[in-house]
Amino acid sequence: MIRKTIFAGFGGQGVLMMGYIYAHTVMNEGYHVTYLPSYGVEVRGGTANCTVAVSDEEIASPIASEPDYLVVMNKPSLYTYQNRVAPQGIIFLNSSIIDTRPTRKDLNIHDVPVGDIAGKLGNPRVQNVVMMGSFIKKTGLITPEAFLKGLKQILGEKKKSAMEINRKAFAAGYELEI
Amino acid sequence: MKKVFSRPKSLKNTAFHYCGGCGHSIAHRLIAESIDELDIQDRIIGVPPAGCAVIAYNYFDIDMLESPHGRGCAVATGIKRVLPDRVVFSYQGDGDLAAIGTAETFHAANRGENITVIFINNAVYGMTGGQMAPTTLLGQVSTTTPPGRSALLDGHPVHFSEILGQLPGTMYVERCAVNTPANVMKAKKAVKKAFQYQMDNVGFSLIEILSQCPTNWKMSPVEACRWVNEVMMKEYPLGIIKDSKR
Amino acid sequence: MQGNRVIGEAAIRAGCRFYAGYPITPQNELTEYMADNMRRAKGGTFIQAESEIAAINMVLGAAAAGARAMTSSSSPGISLKQEGISSLAADELPAVIVNIMRGGPGLGNILPSQGDYFQATRGGGHGDYRTIVLAPASVQELADLTMDAFDLADRYRNPVLILADGMMGQMMEPVEFSDPSSRQYPECYILKGKGKGKSKFIRGLILDAIRMEEHNWKLYRKYQVITQKEVRFETFWTDDAEILIVAYGTAARIAKGAIKRSREMGIPVGLIRPITLWPFPMEVIRSFAERVENFLVFEMNTGQMVEDVQLALGGIGKVQFYGRPGGVIPTPAELAKVIAYQARKK
Ligand SMILES: Cc1ncc(C[n+]2csc(CCOP(=O)(O)OP(=O)(O)O)c2C)c(N)n1
Ligand code: SF4
Ligand SMILES: [Mg+2]
Repeated sequence: MIRKTIFAGFGGQGVLMMGYIYAHTVMNEGYHVTYLPSYGVEVRGGTANCTVAVSDEEIASPIASEPDYLVVMNKPSLYTYQNRVAPQGIIFLNSSIIDTRPTRKDLNIHDVPVGDIAGKLGNPRVQNVVMMGSFIKKTGLITPEAFLKGLKQILGEKKKSAMEINRKAFAAGYELEI
Repeated sequence: MKKVFSRPKSLKNTAFHYCGGCGHSIAHRLIAESIDELDIQDRIIGVPPAGCAVIAYNYFDIDMLESPHGRGCAVATGIKRVLPDRVVFSYQGDGDLAAIGTAETFHAANRGENITVIFINNAVYGMTGGQMAPTTLLGQVSTTTPPGRSALLDGHPVHFSEILGQLPGTMYVERCAVNTPANVMKAKKAVKKAFQYQMDNVGFSLIEILSQCPTNWKMSPVEACRWVNEVMMKEYPLGIIKDSKR
Repeated sequence: MQGNRVIGEAAIRAGCRFYAGYPITPQNELTEYMADNMRRAKGGTFIQAESEIAAINMVLGAAAAGARAMTSSSSPGISLKQEGISSLAADELPAVIVNIMRGGPGLGNILPSQGDYFQATRGGGHGDYRTIVLAPASVQELADLTMDAFDLADRYRNPVLILADGMMGQMMEPVEFSDPSSRQYPECYILKGKGKGKSKFIRGLILDAIRMEEHNWKLYRKYQVITQKEVRFETFWTDDAEILIVAYGTAARIAKGAIKRSREMGIPVGLIRPITLWPFPMEVIRSFAERVENFLVFEMNTGQMVEDVQLALGGIGKVQFYGRPGGVIPTPAELAKVIAYQARKK
């Protein structure tokens, strides 16, 4: 089994963080994992992306030429990556700000209005965690408990207070009808 | 009978290879005397350059580490940071320090590295046979400025000590000469003071020494000494350029 | 942990107490990690140098003064360090130099590449010398080989190069740090001021031809010992292989993925992965040639290590090459196609 995911969006949307928490939690669960952020000139100009590969055996390449999953937080990223997604792959789409649909018909599109949900929770900064709630449920690789445990480790002692709102954000995403 | 002239302890019993009347020999001697007088022979480390003084380690009876051409201040930085309680100095020519090693020298001064630099300005590349140095005077003939150095074609003589004097990291800079007994005495005082500053953790110090190179200047040793007085010092006046402890 | 940071952490754990570097992508996180953490180590020094040239020369001074010292850069910066690396080799001083390779020549780009193989394995700078070259292929190996690099540098009093690429530097994988060995470096080679003893000097300048020759032969004999003792490699699925891929670093990872695919299609293919690029596993490759005829060298360049493989085989067997230079990272599927083509041709 090998699953590759590209997370992409504007810098500041917590895109690298999504990938990082995900990589960290699947690692806790005993999988082989690689996390590869975009770097250098690629990240100038405000876009960010990272690739996470998860497998039950050694991972040959941390790069995803055909990602199974694509998580897009903004429109430019959808245009950039939609054609790379593997046949029958899943796109997780921030439907709060992306008003177009992918042109490909074989893909499984999953709308997550992360902006609206985070807005209701009163904290737009947790949009990425809302997305992860939905992502974890749909992909089913790890349990929500495992994810929250990993999230807590990463937030650490310093940001203990942030855990509560993040837990709510995750739950909101997880409970979304899919 | 009182012995008035003897080899400093910090010099080995080896004859210098320098040409007759060369300023390097005098500079070596006064550095060695300063080391003796401060009693730091056991804990000083020197960094000789690529240049006529490249085998200074054959003369000084102290620990030494050769540096690639121009990198003396970077090498000395590495040593000093690892061994902060040792006295560390680099010994560099004008080509070494003010051409190829400009960046290393400038930034060591700017970081305020607690090291001492002995800067031998003889207005030529001595070792490679008398080419133009950054310090070569306008009109001065060298093997690469046969008609004399032209500001238009070859740029201007660099006043590196003055430039370093501008930096907040620099604590002590003085220009000296070794062309007369009186100047030698002053130069030695300056070198000794620079070492003392380092021992007192004051910071970066540099002593520039106008140094005669009779061979490449194509002069007799006596003429060379006179040329330092009459020509070189007009461009590079002696004296303290910066002393933040004064 | 991210590869670049892992190198920094492993170095500090191995007792590295001096680091000087100059920013260049894709290795900046290593410089930054050292800025953050070197001061945590007792007696540790971090300097952001004014250039790569200054950085390597600071390392030269620190190494002579007895510190475990390291610098890091990426391809263009490594070119600037060559003068200093040559001096370290001449002076027989230990130091670790990390090259997180990017696309070249010239400024090139900042993507992963393996274009610096020749430079790394042939000494790199001027003069008759070699550096030990370690080529990690995982983040775990970055940790292990960084620690080993300091021991090797000390043991042979020679610069050791860690040759990785932007992908190794940027990617994150789980890692465990092993316990460092205690340092064995003879005091007599350290400059500390002469103390009560005899003064010493460290230098590379030897004007007399006969003595310089002696020094060269002395270094040569040292390199011979390294060649005999320090070759490292990994083999993967070689037992029944009829085609052998030779690849290192990132390319070797990709090759493993390609081999799995090829095996599923019934193609008997395996991998020899040199871990030391110098000394190169000449004899290992040669011994495989007694059984295997087809070799496929795979590099992220236009063909550099392939020359060493040809040298190792000395004319026996068939050597093919597949490469992607310039920062392109081929996929396992792409390489599997190349393997299938080779299998059909054979
Ligand atoms: C990288 C490099 N370039 C050039 C040289 C050749 N070289 C040796 S000494 C020297 C100039 C020395 O002039 P200076 O620093 O003024 O010292 P002097 O001999 O005058 O005391 C040069 C160019 C070298 N050793 N290394
Ligand atoms: S060439 Fe000039 S600097 Fe060099 S030893 Fe002779 S006199 Fe001195
Ligand atoms: Mg000179």
